[in-house]
Amino acid sequence: MGDWPLLSLVTFLPLVGAGFIFFIRGDEETVARNARGVALWTSLVTFILSLMIWANFDYAQAGFQFVERADWFEGLGISYRMGIDGISLWFVLLSTLLTVVVVIGSWFSVHVRVKEFMIAFLVMDTLMVGVFCALDLVLFYIFFEGILIPMYLIIGIWGGKRRIYASFKFFLYTLLGSLLFLIAVVTMYVQAGTTDIPSLMVYGFDPTLQKWLWIAMFASFAVKVPMWPFHTWLPDAHVEAPTAGSVLLAGVLLKLGGYGFLRFSLPMLPDASAYFAPLIYTLSAVAVVYTSLVALVQSDMKKLIAYSSIAHMGIVTIGCFTPNSLGIQGSIVQMLSHGVVSAALFMCVGVVYDRLHTRDIDAYGGLAQNMPFYALIFLFFTFAAVGVPGTSGFVGELMVIVGIFQFNQWVSFFAATGLILGAAYMLWLYRRVVFGALTKENLKALKDVRLNEVVAFAPLIILAVVMGIYPSIFTAPMNASVDALVSHVSTAFEQAPNAPHLALGASAPASLAAR
Amino acid sequence: MLHTILVLCPALGALIVGLFGRYLGDRASQIITCGLMAITALCAWIGVFTYMGEPAFKVHWFTWISVGGLEADWSLRIDSLSTIMMLVVGFISFLIHVYSVGYMSHDPSKPRFMAYLSLFTFAMLMLVTSDNIIQLFFGWEGVGVASYLLIGFWYTRPSACAAAMKAFIVNRVGDFALMLGIGALFLVFDSVSYDVIFNKAASLADTQIVLFGGTFQTLNIITLLLFIGAMGKSAQIGLHTWLPDAMEGPTPVSALIHAATMVTAGVFLVARFSPVFEFAPSTLAFVTFIGATTCIFAATVGMTQFDIKRVIAYSTCSQLGYMFFACGVGAYQAGVFHLMTHAFFKALLFLGAGSVIHAMSDEQDMRKMGGIWKKIPLTYAMMWIGTLALIGFGIPGIGGFAGFYSKDAILEAAYASNGSFHLYAFWMGVLAAVLTAFYSGRLIFLSFHGEPRADHHTMEHVHESPPIMTVPLMVLGVGAVIAGFVAFGMVEPEGNWWGGAIFTGPENHVLHAMHEVPLWVSLAPFFAMAFGLGLSWVFYIAMPGTAPKIAAAVRPLDNFLRNKWYFDELYDRIFVRPALALGRGLWHGGDQGIIDRFGPDGVAGTTWGTALRIARLQTGYVYHYAFVMLIGVAVFVSWYLFLQR
Repeated sequence: MGDWPLLSLVTFLPLVGAGFIFFIRGDEETVARNARGVALWTSLVTFILSLMIWANFDYAQAGFQFVERADWFEGLGISYRMGIDGISLWFVLLSTLLTVVVVIGSWFSVHVRVKEFMIAFLVMDTLMVGVFCALDLVLFYIFFEGILIPMYLIIGIWGGKRRIYASFKFFLYTLLGSLLFLIAVVTMYVQAGTTDIPSLMVYGFDPTLQKWLWIAMFASFAVKVPMWPFHTWLPDAHVEAPTAGSVLLAGVLLKLGGYGFLRFSLPMLPDASAYFAPLIYTLSAVAVVYTSLVALVQSDMKKLIAYSSIAHMGIVTIGCFTPNSLGIQGSIVQMLSHGVVSAALFMCVGVVYDRLHTRDIDAYGGLAQNMPFYALIFLFFTFAAVGVPGTSGFVGELMVIVGIFQFNQWVSFFAATGLILGAAYMLWLYRRVVFGALTKENLKALKDVRLNEVVAFAPLIILAVVMGIYPSIFTAPMNASVDALVSHVSTAFEQAPNAPHLALGASAPASLAAR
Repeated sequence: MLHTILVLCPALGALIVGLFGRYLGDRASQIITCGLMAITALCAWIGVFTYMGEPAFKVHWFTWISVGGLEADWSLRIDSLSTIMMLVVGFISFLIHVYSVGYMSHDPSKPRFMAYLSLFTFAMLMLVTSDNIIQLFFGWEGVGVASYLLIGFWYTRPSACAAAMKAFIVNRVGDFALMLGIGALFLVFDSVSYDVIFNKAASLADTQIVLFGGTFQTLNIITLLLFIGAMGKSAQIGLHTWLPDAMEGPTPVSALIHAATMVTAGVFLVARFSPVFEFAPSTLAFVTFIGATTCIFAATVGMTQFDIKRVIAYSTCSQLGYMFFACGVGAYQAGVFHLMTHAFFKALLFLGAGSVIHAMSDEQDMRKMGGIWKKIPLTYAMMWIGTLALIGFGIPGIGGFAGFYSKDAILEAAYASNGSFHLYAFWMGVLAAVLTAFYSGRLIFLSFHGEPRADHHTMEHVHESPPIMTVPLMVLGVGAVIAGFVAFGMVEPEGNWWGGAIFTGPENHVLHAMHEVPLWVSLAPFFAMAFGLGLSWVFYIAMPGTAPKIAAAVRPLDNFLRNKWYFDELYDRIFVRPALALGRGLWHGGDQGIIDRFGPDGVAGTTWGTALRIARLQTGYVYHYAFVMLIGVAVFVSWYLFLQR
């Protein structure tokens, strides 16, 4: 196994599958059936292959593994380079798993252009895996931006009524970010003469230049996360996207921002990261409180969950810029957990949307009576989103809140308000949809979850529980890489001693002093 | 092994019946959950006889979280405190499982109910056996979830759903502080494990810390955060509003969760952290003050309520106040002693009330009861036992019911202590004892005596409950009589009840001092009780009709008490409505009004026309995008060529 270009295989296998689907011919039904079949098998094999990456992953090594290299633009210092470390490992697996889940989950719910739908998702799979494996800035940029194309198509073709507005908004936001990011890429290349990510990580840019580069990258990553106040595209995009699109959008695409911070901003621009950390804390703290309050008054199920995603990602960005391994690992765990839980919540919405074709919360009520299994699954993920211990939601939140508490208690305080507000909006949603009396006539005919839906939910439930009670499976492989990152950036954070404490005009370093 | 079985049996029951209950059927579900609970109860009894007074030891399962120095294990800490808690939780939960079989016999979702009860028991056992604060938090939140599910068990009722949400969210306010407390513990102790924290606490007694931009005495701020968490779970004043509403749940739930076990978790937390609280004088003063205030506040409200369960709920709130101020004055042992006796007699009272409600065809309003004591003599007798235990009936110097020992111990400790607010706590405690006796007597007299006030139809159906309900009642009745006498050793300064599980500081001699208080202090609770009970007899038996007249005479005060000091209205005005208004404001004003208007929509407005002209929308955007990327590549290449030159 060791000699195989495993990463490239996992990356491009879905593309091969997409090619097969492209050439399927016949009447509509045959095409749809075959397209589903090919997509399922391709994504399944890809997922199993990605498990092989985990199986062969060396936990003790902090640097990149499975490195592949091929010359690309010879002489320009640009090459095709792939590799993963403890930080990217789980994102690769998350991407391949969620692709399988959406293919199964949308088995019966997509009827138009099934062929194109499956192609779009397999292409997404390739791009998602590629973006987390790329070890060259140009390669990364191509995957990073390319991923949006299938997403536009998914929203634009299979989306809801206002899909024009939504994809336009999505486009405008990301456009600005991509342009600035491109400028940063070019500048870095000009400075360092290479686009090799591991080399850039240790290059050491000039502190003033770092700040400009940091802002340019921030523009791109903050939109992706999304951070307040660059978040307004997300609720609209989610609302208009089909269920499968929302699952990948929430599950993987939002993680690109957090991953970008950890892969680029922190290691390449440590001084600027320390300098701007208070900005991140402030925006994130605002995001947690602001979007939670907004989530409280939503009447559209998907919008509510979209806003809750922004609040959860606020915790992630706080963790990314916490210079200890508790915070950074917490942010990764929180991203993985959010990838599983919010994906599942969007699937929960999808289940009832497929049956009733409305996302209006008030149209539901009392589903516990005729959809008991659905009620149970939804309940589980509601509590996982609320962060009840024993589910994945708790572990990441705890690590980030305790991690940042060591530096700035006010940030911790605002992050922890999510505990209260999160419970309020999630339980309020659950109550209106699932609890109550079953009085609406059209609801009485709804059937409980189908087999394919149960199969799609099952791995997510298992993951959320395993991550909740034995997170070491997930934290052990990332320990070495995160520790290396922390020691790499901690000098910068120490040299800006007030940096982590400036946010919200808060405290001096927490310290113990004998009276 | 014993303890692993003890803790995991309820989890197994919850899992099996929760997932497969509908296939197993009602009877099998009940047998499985009750059977597994019986094993737990048996193990708990074995544990008491084997491990009381023994030094603490651990049952290690596996590592939970191990990141960046934060090490939390799944493990059980077995010492006298957790052993006694396991008995209270395991045994009473078993009795309530059995009682529920009868009580819920007409409900269509029996398996679901039994699964929730077992889930609760598991979480509560994890809480009391935790060996680190993170695992305690697991149990803490777990019982919160179970409580939410059980309060909202009858989910078709809007009031039940609202009460369930309220319980969880108000509790979360406390949990929020507890979470920050965990952060502070880890910051100061570099560990979340009890052993490390307790060993190191004394050495930090005189240190200060900068947190939230202010300087605090280290252990005061930590314990304060922990105690706010405890206030939420134990429904202390300010965070108590969820408890009376929680009575929307089925009565066995009220007995198990909202009287005997979950609500006492806060008291357990304070007792468990006694090695830290002992060095936090300011927090202890705050604990005493809050406990004493809750104790009197809840008792005043309890006097005016007419819903039989709400009276008992406020009584619980008040009794929890006693337990807290006992801890606050340094007599943690007395607090846990009262916790234990209270678990028996309060569960008894609730189950008795459930039996009454059952007999009265689901009527809960005491104004519509009366005159039924001859028809349900066994329930009536059990209610008297519970009442006498609650009001602490007994003859000083000779003996009495369970509450007699534990409440007297608390009041004597409050008087004898030298902690802040100890006399305030003592007098509030005595006054609350009067009120306790009064509202308890009122409850008995209103619901069982006098003229029948229910309609003819209901009165004809009044019947004694089946044995499956009355047998657990009688077992609890025995507990309510003898628990105080049997476990009095808990508050004896000599003897080896605790085996070091509860720490008392070098300055703390309250357990000795409480046995040397003046005679009038020892007699005060007795007279308070006798006076309160006598007064209720006068008001509701001897001269019925007096109470409404007095209430009419002091209408504003009556309204104030009947409306529970207007806490709900206040919170609605200052938290709930502003939060919703703010949410709406931020959404319409912030997101749509400012960000979108000046951000994407503004830009979009100018490009909109162009966009619409492109025939097929999706290709239009891909085209756009590909175009941008092309430009990007072009810029990049030109730059490179430019540099080459």
